[in-house]
Amino acid sequence: MRARVYVSLKKSVLDPQGKTIHHSLENIGFQQITEVRQGKFFEIDFAPELTREEVRAEVEKIAKDVLTNPVIEEFSYRIE
Amino acid sequence: MQANLSITADVLEQHNLTQAEYDRILSILGRCPNLTELGIFSVMWSEHCSYKSSKLQLKRLPTQGPQVLQGPGENAGIIDIGDGYAVAFKIESHNHPSFVEPYQGAATGVGGILRDIFTMGARPIAAMNSLRFGPPDQPRNRRIMEGVVAGIAGYGNCFGVPTVGGEVVFEGCYSQNPLVNAFALGLFRKDRIFYGKAAGIGNPVIYVGAKTGRDGIHGATMASAEFDEASESKRPNVQVGDPFLEKLLLEACLEAMKTGAVVGIQDMGAAGLTCSTCEMGGRADTGIEIDLAKVPQREEGMTPYEIMLSESQERMLLVAERGREEEIFRIFRKWEIDAVAIGEVTGDGMLRILERGRKVAEIPNRVLTDEAPLYRRPVAAPARTSPPPPPPGPLSMDWGGLLECFLASPNLSSREWVYRQYDHMVRTNTVQVPGADAAVVRVKNTRKALAMSLDGNGRYCRQDPRVGAQLAVAESCRNLVCAGARPLAATNCLNMGNPEKPEIMWQMTQVVEGMGEACRALGTPVTGGNVSLYNETLGEGIDPTPVIGMVGLIEPLSRLRGSWFVREGHRIVLLGPLVGRPTGYSSAVRHNLSRLQPSRENGADVYTGWVSRLPCPPLDLDLEVRVQRTCREGIEKGLILSAHDCSDGGLVVALAEMGFSRFGAGTLGADILLPSAEEVGEALFAEYPSRILVTVEEENLAALEDIAGLQGVPVTPLGWVVPDVLSVRRSGSVVLERSVVSLEKIWRNCLGGLFADPL
Amino acid sequence: MKFGVLMFPGSNCEHDAYHAIRKVLRQPAEFIWHQSTDLRDCQAIIVPGGFSYGDYLRTGAIARFSPVMGAVRRFADRGGLVLGICNGFQILLESGLLPGAMLRNRGLKYVCRQVSIRVENARIPFTGLAREGDVWNIPIGHMEGNYTLDADAFRWLERNRQVVFRYCNPDGEITAEANPNGSVANVAGICNPRGNVLGMMPHPERASEPLLGSEDGVRLFQSMIQSRSQA
Repeated sequence: MRARVYVSLKKSVLDPQGKTIHHSLENIGFQQITEVRQGKFFEIDFAPELTREEVRAEVEKIAKDVLTNPVIEEFSYRIE
Repeated sequence: MQANLSITADVLEQHNLTQAEYDRILSILGRCPNLTELGIFSVMWSEHCSYKSSKLQLKRLPTQGPQVLQGPGENAGIIDIGDGYAVAFKIESHNHPSFVEPYQGAATGVGGILRDIFTMGARPIAAMNSLRFGPPDQPRNRRIMEGVVAGIAGYGNCFGVPTVGGEVVFEGCYSQNPLVNAFALGLFRKDRIFYGKAAGIGNPVIYVGAKTGRDGIHGATMASAEFDEASESKRPNVQVGDPFLEKLLLEACLEAMKTGAVVGIQDMGAAGLTCSTCEMGGRADTGIEIDLAKVPQREEGMTPYEIMLSESQERMLLVAERGREEEIFRIFRKWEIDAVAIGEVTGDGMLRILERGRKVAEIPNRVLTDEAPLYRRPVAAPARTSPPPPPPGPLSMDWGGLLECFLASPNLSSREWVYRQYDHMVRTNTVQVPGADAAVVRVKNTRKALAMSLDGNGRYCRQDPRVGAQLAVAESCRNLVCAGARPLAATNCLNMGNPEKPEIMWQMTQVVEGMGEACRALGTPVTGGNVSLYNETLGEGIDPTPVIGMVGLIEPLSRLRGSWFVREGHRIVLLGPLVGRPTGYSSAVRHNLSRLQPSRENGADVYTGWVSRLPCPPLDLDLEVRVQRTCREGIEKGLILSAHDCSDGGLVVALAEMGFSRFGAGTLGADILLPSAEEVGEALFAEYPSRILVTVEEENLAALEDIAGLQGVPVTPLGWVVPDVLSVRRSGSVVLERSVVSLEKIWRNCLGGLFADPL
Repeated sequence: MKFGVLMFPGSNCEHDAYHAIRKVLRQPAEFIWHQSTDLRDCQAIIVPGGFSYGDYLRTGAIARFSPVMGAVRRFADRGGLVLGICNGFQILLESGLLPGAMLRNRGLKYVCRQVSIRVENARIPFTGLAREGDVWNIPIGHMEGNYTLDADAFRWLERNRQVVFRYCNPDGEITAEANPNGSVANVAGICNPRGNVLGMMPHPERASEPLLGSEDGVRLFQSMIQSRSQA
């Protein structure tokens, strides 16, 4: 089973990279953008014998304890 | 052996092998090669690995000297710096990969040169780079430069080597062919040198470092062919660097070497496993047998061809003493790096490749290395053009405005935007930060420091490759001398076009000739380097661009000098001629000055336009030697307090630079009195070589004049260091007056302004 | 006073810190491997700069799981002096020994240069020899030094006198131009409430000899030594 975890900066935290990308996109002609946030994306493959619930528990723990810094980041994930 | 493919003309062309080279392969093997073998021949006989077009030329360079411990032919050259210490250093190009993918191309270039240094047992303590791009007003050139600088920073900063200096040049011919030459220098005890030799029959051959993937397959042959539009699609060939892994590899290798169990070691750079196996065997006159099934692999289903030709980064091959493998494995385990015995040294001189015990390739080592093809390619000199006549009568112009234009040129302005991105302080040895004539790192626990400089001059080499190369060597040495160093030895990177064109070969012969002459005159043998040919895209080639990396020694460290004014009231003195003898160059200088418009509107680059219309200035090597000797002696005797080379932009740019502020010190000006006999524009802006601006205390001027007199060097007291203002007077009237603060602002803001927008 | 200098895979300023302690300050020092849990009777721990674990994932994020960090936490809890420099500061943040987090520099690029910092709190063991308002010249070299903390927590931090250094101009004024990375309120270094754990982005070991352009970093190390000789 594969989990896809998305990590991004919290809305309340300034995202200097996202802001710069946004600004640059506008400069090269993409005017219809209201915001750009950038983040990280992880693909984690689990052993096939795990149940969906077990994978969910593992992913939550990994995302919370390792993949994000809760001071500035939040995450979402999908299991497939 | 695996089934033979039919080797058609197409297959040969894909491998950049000629029919004649293929015929030679047939006669060596006495049979048809299989595809793996063909791939091995193609990379080892490529220009990049074999130097087949340049080797006969390079043999004419001086390579010997009492200070040289290792000349060309090893992973890096080595010189003795006394008290049991030695330094290994080398420069290498990564031009083509940096054009295809600027960040990774430059990053892996840095990674490769660092491995060349630590594979010899030396810890890298300094890195520099010489970069050339097309004009920065074009977004595409900016994007390449941005990526290259970030790549160098990303790799070097993480690895923990300070990037202490280098050069950045903008010129039209590099738009499609950017040059990225990376230099590194490492320090070690001279009794702890390791070589890339597979000695000792029966000794295990151990693979260490990153796993092998399909990256960079045929990178070495890619670096040996001109670019065309299809190159864009070659992107998957580019290797990706992992500086963190390289840092671990460094620590693990140095620790493994301490055990005494390492017999020989070499990095896997271009042509990866192929090159490291046959070169290590070739140097020791031994054979190597490896089994590819044991090679750590990152991807599934790799063929022998792919494994042998992969250019995955951060890998090394080492030969250990039989029976002591475990000592080595333990160290690599500690650093969490793969280390696997993949074969052993044999006595039959063959490179034998097995796959699970089944033979998939077998070629004599020596035919791949020492006996690779060598070409004496046809040479033809191009027609020369004669310089235009000088204008009649003296010129007058807004010289201050012209100076501002020059300082606003991307080719003369501050490089801070670049070197701020490099960690130039890690290891706490950097005693001269970037921006000075030479970079200087001290050697801890000694009274020594090492000065180094990278210099190239494609523009002048285009006009006269022989004198241009001499100028590059002379400037490199002059930079070190200004810092208080004695130049010891050089490394070089020859960046040229397609050697199959006779006029390019002519350039190469001239460049090598000039470099050799200058290195002999200045006593700096060439200990190695690299050649990058085929720097052409769609038939458009670069100016011949030899880049010289010079290394010198400052001892004691108290001789270190900066290239800026120290204090108000000091005398400013020029060593060397204020203007050169009347030549085609001086005529051209005056003629072209008369046509200049000192305007900075629309971002016009007045300096670059001006200087590219000039011929190569003449160089008197004998005078150059004496000027440098005068400067060194003046520093050794404690007379000279600071020294700055007059080169790009001429005398007045050098004067302005000497007054610019540094951290913790404000600006200083200069009050200059030009001798009335000289033409103002020529004296201030011409780029005559063999000139050094120095400052001395008033009471030491006579002593300096005595030294110069004994050396037969012209010496001109030009003026005084004063607060705030740079002014030049002649015959009682002011010809130029500017506030140094305002000049500095122009100079400092140029690159930062150009790169303000990140995409 | 014996210093312990931690070594993580990818640390690259550990030798610089070691050199400053041994050769400049003439104090005993020892390297401590990240797998170790024994701090070897050291009286102060330096978490050095560099790129631990390549800065992959997030700066300092992987190093905090090293066995040695458990020992460092217990050491800090007992009042031991812990100094995190640059990547070491980032590790202390990730470990929760100090509050807040680091973002990419405002300019998005790595910045290596001399900066001036102002001593904001001279009552902790790291700054005892300084006076509040002193300006030190110490270099920085980092990509992620843009310190952030939510507004409430930051007010609390200020009230607690936990801001130890701020970026300033050479005259000691806290200005926007003097802020090299966008850090909140020009923060260059902070300590824990007890004052025995300090994290700072500038590298005092790079400012410890006149040859390197500044000796101001020495005062920080000397303050540490003095604080323990008085204790």
